Amino acid sequence: MTETTVGIGGAAGSFGAGTGQGTDMVLNIGPQHPSTHGVLRLRLVLDGERIAAAEPIVGYMHRGAEKLFEARDYRQIIMLANRHDWLSAFSNELGVVLAVERMLGMEVPARAVWLRTLLAELNRVLNHLMFLGSYPLELGGITPIFYAFTEREELQRVMEEVSGGRMHYMFNRVGGLKDELPAGWTGRARTTVARVRSQMGRLDDLVLGNEIFRGRTRGVGRLDAGTVHAYGVSGPVARASGVDFDLRRDEPYLAYGELADVLRVVTRTEGDCLARFECLLDQVHNSLDLADACLERLAELPPGPVNQRLPKVLKAPEGHTYAWTENPLGLNGYYLVSRGEKTPWRLKLRSASYNNVQALVELLPGTLVSDMVAILGSLFFVVGDVDK
Amino acid sequence: MNARSRNETAPVHLGMPGHGPEAPRLGPLARLAPEPLKVVLNWGRRYSLWVFNFGLACCAIEFIAASMARHDFIRLGVIPFAPGPRQADLMVVSGTVTDKMAPAVRRLYEQMPDPKYVISFGACSNCGGPYWDSYSVTKGVDQIVPVDVYVPGCPPRPEALLQGILKLQEKIARESLGERYAGRPASPAGAPGAASASALTSGLVRGPATPGEEAGR
Repeated sequence: MTETTVGIGGAAGSFGAGTGQGTDMVLNIGPQHPSTHGVLRLRLVLDGERIAAAEPIVGYMHRGAEKLFEARDYRQIIMLANRHDWLSAFSNELGVVLAVERMLGMEVPARAVWLRTLLAELNRVLNHLMFLGSYPLELGGITPIFYAFTEREELQRVMEEVSGGRMHYMFNRVGGLKDELPAGWTGRARTTVARVRSQMGRLDDLVLGNEIFRGRTRGVGRLDAGTVHAYGVSGPVARASGVDFDLRRDEPYLAYGELADVLRVVTRTEGDCLARFECLLDQVHNSLDLADACLERLAELPPGPVNQRLPKVLKAPEGHTYAWTENPLGLNGYYLVSRGEKTPWRLKLRSASYNNVQALVELLPGTLVSDMVAILGSLFFVVGDVDK
Repeated sequence: MNARSRNETAPVHLGMPGHGPEAPRLGPLARLAPEPLKVVLNWGRRYSLWVFNFGLACCAIEFIAASMARHDFIRLGVIPFAPGPRQADLMVVSGTVTDKMAPAVRRLYEQMPDPKYVISFGACSNCGGPYWDSYSVTKGVDQIVPVDVYVPGCPPRPEALLQGILKLQEKIARESLGERYAGRPASPAGAPGAASASALTSGLVRGPATPGEEAGR
């Protein structure tokens, strides 16, 4: 049994080689590698240039959030919950407050519901823009990320004005939102949405029309619907494989039920890297439309509160509930078990990226090493969301 | 590769200055260098900091934002194109360092050539931040590598990183390399701030041996 072990990255030299037969080469990638998002480690068994087996090794970013939830009260949990997927902080907060509100049987004011929907959609745009920029970067195209970040900064300014945070908004509260909107904010938000929409064309032209980009992604990393179901893949990655499932439409929460005419579930059938990228790009356009619809609706709503007075000690009644939301990267669920204390007895987190990266085990074998980055990047994961 | 077989037999000792009583390359010569030369050297160093982004978590996104068009730290002489730690002068640890990740942080730090600097970017790498009571988070990257500048915030704004870089440049401007390395402990395992990568890998709990894994992990 001869085996050549080659390592790249920080853990090289400390990983165990498998019991592969023959002259398999085991290539370790990571945990530190120059991809833009994080420290996922891959262990590839190569047969020449072809990947024979792939194993994602998770846990380098494990921060023990689920255990920490049990030591925080319901107000503090929001702050930890928005950090596991740091690109979709608002949507993460949302799941927690929805779960707690459901346990309490609490009605949220209409303005808060529409505002939450608006901010969740803006957050979705922010999240997708990051990937729309970083994915071409991983494939060697440096320019798009600069455009993506120009638009991200615009949107972040709007989000920061309303919440005070550029990434971690901490704007959700049980029963509503933290604060009333700043004066004139909706106008500025409307301008920003319009500006971002007008500039999205640059990304479309730069990336989608690029034949090198198309050549590296079309037909690469085909994920079929069966694998999607087997591994619990969700979000844009699943929809690119023809799995037409979106919680915003299929189990509406917030105000999505009333936005059915604007909401368009973007699907593709190819299931390859390009399809996943196109899904993301189309979702941005749709999210901007949704944001506009929310802004219009907000202007029509009568003035009213955006939150509710909470008791000094907030306790969820005994019981359990599962709240899931359509996060930018997929299904994000919180299973909340309460024993009537001010902290949850258990708050299980179901994060989208964890399931999505597992599909690498099926996707990578049989592909070339040079396609590995294209496939890895196209799964649009956030390592904190994988490792929690 | 070589590194693996060595790892099984003895702890890895990478060539760090400070192993001997005197830093081998920089010690006496730098101390004897005339003042104007030091000024020129420091001036050169502070404005060509090839940075290696140890992006771990949320803060890495703000690091990227700082390197983009709006904040653009390249105008301060921070160059984010280092292909790896071996070509970098500055390591920015941005994000939560976990106990599982810590050996890799240490190893990559050891791969950087001297003179090297570390910016700890964000509350997590400063002290554990919101994960201060987590069972799996290293409470501050300064337990593993020496840190020059701490940038507070969760995550800090890109402007805060720019300020941190300016602070580091001030520090480089007035430093003397001889003094910098004189204070280092002789043995890398002597101080808590200087545990070697192999020392960090020795866990308290050893999992059951599976056929695919080695005991050395």
